[in-house]
Amino acid sequence: MATRKSAAKSNVSADELKSYYRDMLLIRRFEEKAGQLYGMGLIGGFCHLYIGQEAVVVGLEAAAEEGDKRVTSYRDHGHMLACGMDPDGVMAELTGREGGYSKGKGGSMHMFSKEKHFYGGHGIVGAQVPIGAGLAFADKYLDNKRVTFAYFGDGAANQGQVYETFNMAALWKLPVVFVIENNQYAMGTSQQRSTSSADIYTRGEAFGIPGQVVDGMDVLAVKEAGEKAVGHCRSGKGPYILEIKTYRYRGHSMSDPAKYRTREEVQKMREEKDAIERVRHMLLDGGHATEDDLKAIDKEIKDIVNKSADFAKESPEPSLDELYTDIYADVLPQGDAIETEEA
Amino acid sequence: MATEVLMPALSPTMEEGTLAKWLVKEGDTVSSGDILAEIETDKATMEFEAVDEGVIGKILVAEGTEGVKVNTAIAVLLEEGESADDIGAASAPAAKEADEAPKAEEKAPAQAKAPEAPKADRSPDWPEGTEMKTQTVREALRDAMAEEMRADANVFVMGEEVAEYQGAYKVTQGLLDEFGAKRVIDTPITEHGFAGIGVGAAFGGLRPIVEFMTFNFAMQAIDQIINSAAKTLYMSGGQMGAPMVFRGPNGAAARVGAQHSQDYGAWYAHIPGLKVVQPYSAADAKGLLKQAIRDPNPVIFLENEILYGKSFEVPVLDDFTIPFGKAKIWREGTDVTIVSWGIGMTYALEAAEKLAEEGIEAEVIDLRTLRPIDYDTVIASVMKTNRCVTVEEGFPVASIGNHLSAYIMQNAFDYLDAPVINCTGKDVPMPYAANLEKLALTTTAEVMEAVKQVTYR
Repeated sequence: MATRKSAAKSNVSADELKSYYRDMLLIRRFEEKAGQLYGMGLIGGFCHLYIGQEAVVVGLEAAAEEGDKRVTSYRDHGHMLACGMDPDGVMAELTGREGGYSKGKGGSMHMFSKEKHFYGGHGIVGAQVPIGAGLAFADKYLDNKRVTFAYFGDGAANQGQVYETFNMAALWKLPVVFVIENNQYAMGTSQQRSTSSADIYTRGEAFGIPGQVVDGMDVLAVKEAGEKAVGHCRSGKGPYILEIKTYRYRGHSMSDPAKYRTREEVQKMREEKDAIERVRHMLLDGGHATEDDLKAIDKEIKDIVNKSADFAKESPEPSLDELYTDIYADVLPQGDAIETEEA
Repeated sequence: MATEVLMPALSPTMEEGTLAKWLVKEGDTVSSGDILAEIETDKATMEFEAVDEGVIGKILVAEGTEGVKVNTAIAVLLEEGESADDIGAASAPAAKEADEAPKAEEKAPAQAKAPEAPKADRSPDWPEGTEMKTQTVREALRDAMAEEMRADANVFVMGEEVAEYQGAYKVTQGLLDEFGAKRVIDTPITEHGFAGIGVGAAFGGLRPIVEFMTFNFAMQAIDQIINSAAKTLYMSGGQMGAPMVFRGPNGAAARVGAQHSQDYGAWYAHIPGLKVVQPYSAADAKGLLKQAIRDPNPVIFLENEILYGKSFEVPVLDDFTIPFGKAKIWREGTDVTIVSWGIGMTYALEAAEKLAEEGIEAEVIDLRTLRPIDYDTVIASVMKTNRCVTVEEGFPVASIGNHLSAYIMQNAFDYLDAPVINCTGKDVPMPYAANLEKLALTTTAEVMEAVKQVTYR
């Protein structure tokens, strides 16, 4: 695998490559730490780890511009880290503490950042898809040339509201990239057992939405496809579908023993396809980085993740008064009034 | 430093488990992601992976051990250069933290104690002497939307047949001509989808008015209304919410059968994060809809097809709103309190007129909003009349009337001279046959009968 080339012909710089390596590693180490804290009982409830899928969000964030929006499902930690949210705040939300992004009131599945244009974190499979189109609707209405990434899985791709949304997004030419993160399992049901057509990206054809399949274990291929999709949306041509083939190494959630697939299948993906290893080899083989350079990045990431875990343990639980706050807004929570041209 | 590997919690409910099998032995080098052991939880056998890299220095719990408590040290991991002799220095400070029981604060629920009559807000909705004009509820709703759309360019209306058809019930008549297709948007027949798009647009900074042709069809969209619109402000710790209005006709129309005849007031009033409005008069419809469009929260606005064509006096003012949570007393009386809202007011007011002829003076309260509810006005009135009848069209089980009865019992028990009676729709799907439909709805006669029961006449 050391000599494998990226499918993408990107003229990517060493610095960019290093930043993708760093960003993917941050997600992986963060998720491993989250798994550990879950095991210690510090994180409760459901906890869906993103390990294995890192190249999807890192590649697409590389194609995004400031002000672009994103919305996803409950497997959301990677998306938050990739769009620049603070690992401390994310981890502290996982532990249900005051320092979390939602003051401990949202949890792993429900986190948001207005500042980073991250609109959740949704616990209901598929519900984020019309919401993503709605964000794009607002951008089109406000004519601000922004694009929304609406992420969902191969499982959610079978929800009816996805197709209701495809129809309206195409009809109204909404600037939304529908990102299908196909990790091949809808919880415990494989794509073969749940999905009548093998190629989910072709499901937009009936609505006139172009789509393509992308190797989600290759961050450069994801970035290149993302740039194409974003360009399509930003130029006013309407939505675009990316089916990104990826793989989650862990169970659906922390309590999933993953008996629906073999250990060998997982090991094979890890050994042969791992997105982080791929970039690592590109850096070393291309002479863009030395082992010591990468060790330094590893160390930096380890420190960030350990700091986030410490923060998440030390941050106090929310004050009991918080039970009754944030149910209703007294003023527009968006705060920043949005200017529009005269109607 | 050597670190202890702790027995992990592998499900939301796991407290202990069986260490079924070790997949490593002492002296093995492991790196993060390697599977260390198989652990049986209460639900399944799970693989347990290493997080840190190192050498297995010592296995503390043998395989096959049952009932291993979460956070018990099961092995010791050595870092490069350490030996098994270093074991003992390892500690697991976090384990204690996890064991700490949550600090439950003792807090007694709000109790009714020596209640005093609350101060109800009896301020007029508009200044005395304001010029009035006669308008239908339908026109008042249209004017409310038009006024708010003129005032705020981010307000738009979407729904089935709202634009070119001019509204299935003509509530949006004329809006397309004035505001154009960008702001008055015909949707496909796809409630779940366009409700979700509306929520996303609200997250994105717009002020959507989502019209459902009737609220019966909003059941297709209720996940977006409740899980996405109502809960996001809370789930985001106050960062963002959905300032928007879901509106449309609700309740029984006439002879449209079970699937098109249901009152959803109690359903939505159940949900924290929503505000719920159910107006009766045209003036209230206008003032409350303008308030709903400006409100920074998701508002359910329940109209009624039969009331659309009914005329009322509406104040001639450039701008007026009616606050939520402020009931209106339509008729003062001393013998009994009749509480209603929406189309229920038709029966309540009619019954009160007829009862007056028989010498019973009813006080008739229109709640106007079901969330928040103006409890003060209800309680103050019940303390005066000592009797109460509620009137609504919804099903009887878990009705708004049930809730009001409980509230009155807890807060004005000593003032009651009779049990509260709830007049509701019958506990049946709406029948089609004219005679049965009439029987299924609540009636003026039933309200009068209930009043006579609570006044022992």
